[in-house]
Amino acid sequence: MIKKYFFQLIFFNLFISKEVFAAESGGMPQLNPEFWISQIFWLTLTFGILYVVLSKLILPKISSNLELRKSQIQENIEAAEKQRKDSKSKLKEYEEIIIKSKSEAKVIFKETREKTIKDINSKREVLEKQIDEEINKAEKEINELKKAAPEKINQIAIETSSEILKNLMGAEINNSSISAIVKDLSKKNRDKFYGN
Amino acid sequence: MAANPMTQFEVYRIGPEIKIGSFDISFTNASLFMVVSSLAILIIFNLGSKKNSMLPDKIQLLAELSYTFVSKMISDTAGSKAKPYFAFIFSLFMFVLFCNMFGMIPYTFTVTSHIIVTFILAAFIFIGVTIIGFIKHGFGYLKLFVPSGVPIVLLPLIVVIEIISYLSRPISLSVRLFANMMAGHTMMKVFGGFVISLGIVGGWLPLSFSVALTGLEILVAFLQAYVFAILTCIYLNDALNLHH
Repeated sequence: MIKKYFFQLIFFNLFISKEVFAAESGGMPQLNPEFWISQIFWLTLTFGILYVVLSKLILPKISSNLELRKSQIQENIEAAEKQRKDSKSKLKEYEEIIIKSKSEAKVIFKETREKTIKDINSKREVLEKQIDEEINKAEKEINELKKAAPEKINQIAIETSSEILKNLMGAEINNSSISAIVKDLSKKNRDKFYGN
Repeated sequence: MAANPMTQFEVYRIGPEIKIGSFDISFTNASLFMVVSSLAILIIFNLGSKKNSMLPDKIQLLAELSYTFVSKMISDTAGSKAKPYFAFIFSLFMFVLFCNMFGMIPYTFTVTSHIIVTFILAAFIFIGVTIIGFIKHGFGYLKLFVPSGVPIVLLPLIVVIEIISYLSRPISLSVRLFANMMAGHTMMKVFGGFVISLGIVGGWLPLSFSVALTGLEILVAFLQAYVFAILTCIYLNDALNLHH
């Protein structure tokens, strides 16, 4: 049923298009000179007005707009370039200042270090001198004591030995003979007992 | 709606009959679309040039892009000497483009599908270019017909061919635009008429074909306007810079 309807429709349409092609052979409206003069007239009028208005009013405006924008952009680019250069030189200055101050700081650090080292050294020298003096003094005293010590020991030895002999033998012995013996012994053993 | 694909090209009177002497200059549908196209161009470009902001809005961008497009086209083909003719070529390009594009709207009339319109434009260009050529080069402009480096034996033949090709310029220029527009619109009409009848068999295929054809015709509308303008530039180039 639907198929039949479709085929009827196709047939109908083909019939119409057949009519279409039949009508086409009637010719082109373009070749009908009835309105040629009218078309020429209106074309000249509209195109003429269009040309005059565009060339006198609108196109110069667009052109100047474009030029203006171009120059403005150029100016802005130049200004930006200038600022970039400025900031670059400023950066350079800043870096130079930093380098300078760094070297200055180094110099100051060096100087103070040397100064303090000098200070420390001088103080140490003074202290060392004092210490040396004290040591010398002490050594002198010790030496004196050392020098005096054998004599005293000899004296003690003579006295004790005469006392011992007195107690042992009950008789007094001449001190000088004992001291001779002690001196003799102490001379012999000096190195042994006071080995310096 | 008329089924004949040629009825869309019919010119009919709108309003009263106007006559100057024996000439009928009545306002027709063709005149209407000439006026509409010109008005559309003027409105768009007037809006596009009204204010100059650093960041152009859409309509300003459109106007400026068209300006630079046409100016680049002219400087590329005809050099810097063609600058005084910029406004004419710009108007010509825009007029043809807008007429073509308005013709793409259904139920409108395509001004450029009439041989008389395109022929008047082409004849004006031809006469204008010839006058410019003779003003710039005097009778030296006739050297255009004598190409250099051609053997003397062949010269008479070449000159005849050159003269014929030169004289056929307005015909080729006008017929190219007219035939393209007429053929395109006729074809769209015919295929549009087949959408229903063939759609029963082919489904959506005829309709999609018709849509694709419309896209192609829009491309042709732009391309023919471009070709018309660029050929004008080339003819102008011949007149301004005599290369032969």
